[in-house]
Amino acid sequence: MEGWDPNTKSALTQIPLLSIKAGPRDGAAWTQRLKEEYKALIAYTGMNKSNDNDWFRISAANAEGTRWTGKCWYVHNLLKYEFDLQFDIPVTYPLTAPEIELPQLDGKTHKIDIGFHFNSPRFGIAHALCLGLAPWLAAEIPILVDSGMIKHKDDSASSSES
Amino acid sequence: MEVELKEMLDDLQALKRSLPDPSHQASIDKLQVHVEHLTNLAQYAPARRSKVKDMSAEVVDSNPYSRLMALQRMGIVENYERIREFSVAIVGIGGVGSVAAEMLTRCGIGRLLLYDYDKVELANMNRLFFRPEQVGMTKTDAAVQTLSDINPDVVLESYTLNITTVQGFETFMSSLRKKTFRPKKEGSGVDLVLSCVDNYEARMVVNQACNELNQTWMESGVSEDAVSGHIQLLIPGETACFACAPPLVVASGVDERTLKREGVCAASLPTTMGVVAGLLVQNTLKFLLKFGHVSPYLGYNALKDYFPTMEMRPNPQCSNAACLERQKEYLLAKPARDAAAKAKMEAEALVVAECPIHDDNEWNISVVDDSELDRTDGRSSGNPLILCSESILYGLFVVADLLLNLDNFLFRKLLLSCSLIFQENGS
Repeated sequence: MEGWDPNTKSALTQIPLLSIKAGPRDGAAWTQRLKEEYKALIAYTGMNKSNDNDWFRISAANAEGTRWTGKCWYVHNLLKYEFDLQFDIPVTYPLTAPEIELPQLDGKTHKIDIGFHFNSPRFGIAHALCLGLAPWLAAEIPILVDSGMIKHKDDSASSSES
Repeated sequence: MEVELKEMLDDLQALKRSLPDPSHQASIDKLQVHVEHLTNLAQYAPARRSKVKDMSAEVVDSNPYSRLMALQRMGIVENYERIREFSVAIVGIGGVGSVAAEMLTRCGIGRLLLYDYDKVELANMNRLFFRPEQVGMTKTDAAVQTLSDINPDVVLESYTLNITTVQGFETFMSSLRKKTFRPKKEGSGVDLVLSCVDNYEARMVVNQACNELNQTWMESGVSEDAVSGHIQLLIPGETACFACAPPLVVASGVDERTLKREGVCAASLPTTMGVVAGLLVQNTLKFLLKFGHVSPYLGYNALKDYFPTMEMRPNPQCSNAACLERQKEYLLAKPARDAAAKAKMEAEALVVAECPIHDDNEWNISVVDDSELDRTDGRSSGNPLILCSESILYGLFVVADLLLNLDNFLFRKLLLSCSLIFQENGS
C-alpha cells in the first residue's frame, strides 16, 4: 500500500474488513454481505466525523442493494462543493469494483473512472470510497474549481448570466 | 421521388400549352431544365438493395457474395454459405467491436447481437466506422443504421444496456440463451461471443457469462498507448479463462491519483484498432467455417511488427467457480475425446499409405502431443520441464500481482514474456 498518502492509508486500515465473499447474484449470502457493507460504512462515517472530515452520505436505493445513491462534498478555499453520488454493484462484485459516478461532473472533466481492482473481496463499498473517491475529489476538485469548470452554488446564479 | 419529378414535368408542359401569353415561356423552359437536372440527380440517390435468398457463386457485378463464394473454388472454405446459420454476439461496439461487426456483416453472417450502452461522440472519430452525423446516437442504433444499409440479409439485434449491472447481465444471459434464430442448435443460441470492451470489469462479466453458459468466446484488446493489442480464444474448461490469471492489483502499488491521471485519456489509433478487429474476425471466420488454424492467443506489437502466439491452460485454482466446473467436465470427457481423436487419426491413416519416413531412428526421437498433457496424470508422467515451467508461470503471476502495478493488458504482456522465456528454455 506504499504510495498512498498517510491519511488514506490510516483510514483504510481502520475500516473493518468484510468476511463474506458474495455478490448480488448470491441470494442469502448477498444479504449477509450487505449487512457487513453497512457496518463498514457506518464505522467509516463515524471515523470521518470524529476526525472532523465527514464527506459523504450513501445508501442503497433499491431493495436488492444493487443501486446506491447519495451525496459527497469537498471543501476548497473555505467553500463547500457538493455533488450527487451514484453507482451500481456489478454482477461480478466483489471481484470487480463498482464504477462510482458523479453525474453533475459528467462531461466536465475526464471520464470519472474511479473503478480500481479490489485486491481482496474483503474490501467493500466503504473501502472503495476511501481508496477511490476521496483521493479523486482531493486531486480533481481544486483543478476543476480553479479552471472555472465548476462554480460554487452561490456563484452560479451570477455566472450563468454572464 | 422520380415519379414526383415526372409529374412535375408533365404539369409544366401542360401549363406551357395552356398559357396564351408567350412572355412566360422562357421562365417555364428554365424551370423545365431544373426539373430535368433533378431527375438525373435522383437516379444516383442511395437505393437499398433487396435481400438475397441464397448465396450465389455466380460471377456478376451485382452479386454481393461472388468474391466470398470464390473461397470455395479456391479450396479455402468447404461450404461458405454455412455462414448464414451462425450467430455472433459482439459486446462493446467501440473501435474494435464496430469494425468487427462491419466485417462480419460484409461477410454475410447470419445474425449479429450488439451490446453497448454508450453514445457516439466526436472523440470517437479517430477510429473507423462511426460518422460525425451519428454523434449523439447510441452506438447500437448507429451501428444498426449503417450495417442494415450495407447488408440487409444480416439479422441484427441491438441491446442498449450495461452488462455489468445485475439487470443488464440477466438480459445479456437470456439473449445469449434464446434460440429462435436456429432452434435446433445445441448449447446456447449463439456460436461465438466476441468481447470488444475496453475495461477489466466488463471482461470479467463476459467471462462469467461464458463460463456459466459453457460458451466459447474470443477476447480482444488494444493497449492504452495504442501500439499493441491481442486476441485470445477462450473455451471454458479447455483453455485459461479470464479469471484464471489473477487480476492485477492497484491497491498494492502506485498512487491511484497519478495512475488515473495518465489512465483517463487512453490513446487510440484507427490502424491498431483495425488490425486487431481484422485479426479477431479472421480467427472468428476460421473458427466458424473450419479452415486453417484457430489461434489460441495472438499478440500484435505495432512498434516491432511482432505477432507472438501462445497457449494458456486453465488454472486449477481459478477463483471462478463456473470455470472450475467446466474444467472438471473437460477432464471427465477426456476418454471420449481421445477415442474421437484416435478414430480420426485412423481414418486419415487409411488415406495416407503407411511407410516410415526414416528407416532408422538412432536417437529414439518421437512426436508427443503436448496439447493433451493433462494436469491430473500429466504431473507425474509428462515432461517435467514443461510442467515445472507452468507452475513457475503461475508463481510469476503472483509475484507480478504483488510487486507491480500494471493494467491487465500490461500484465498479459508480462505473462507473455514469461511464456517466451519458458519456450526458449524448453527448446
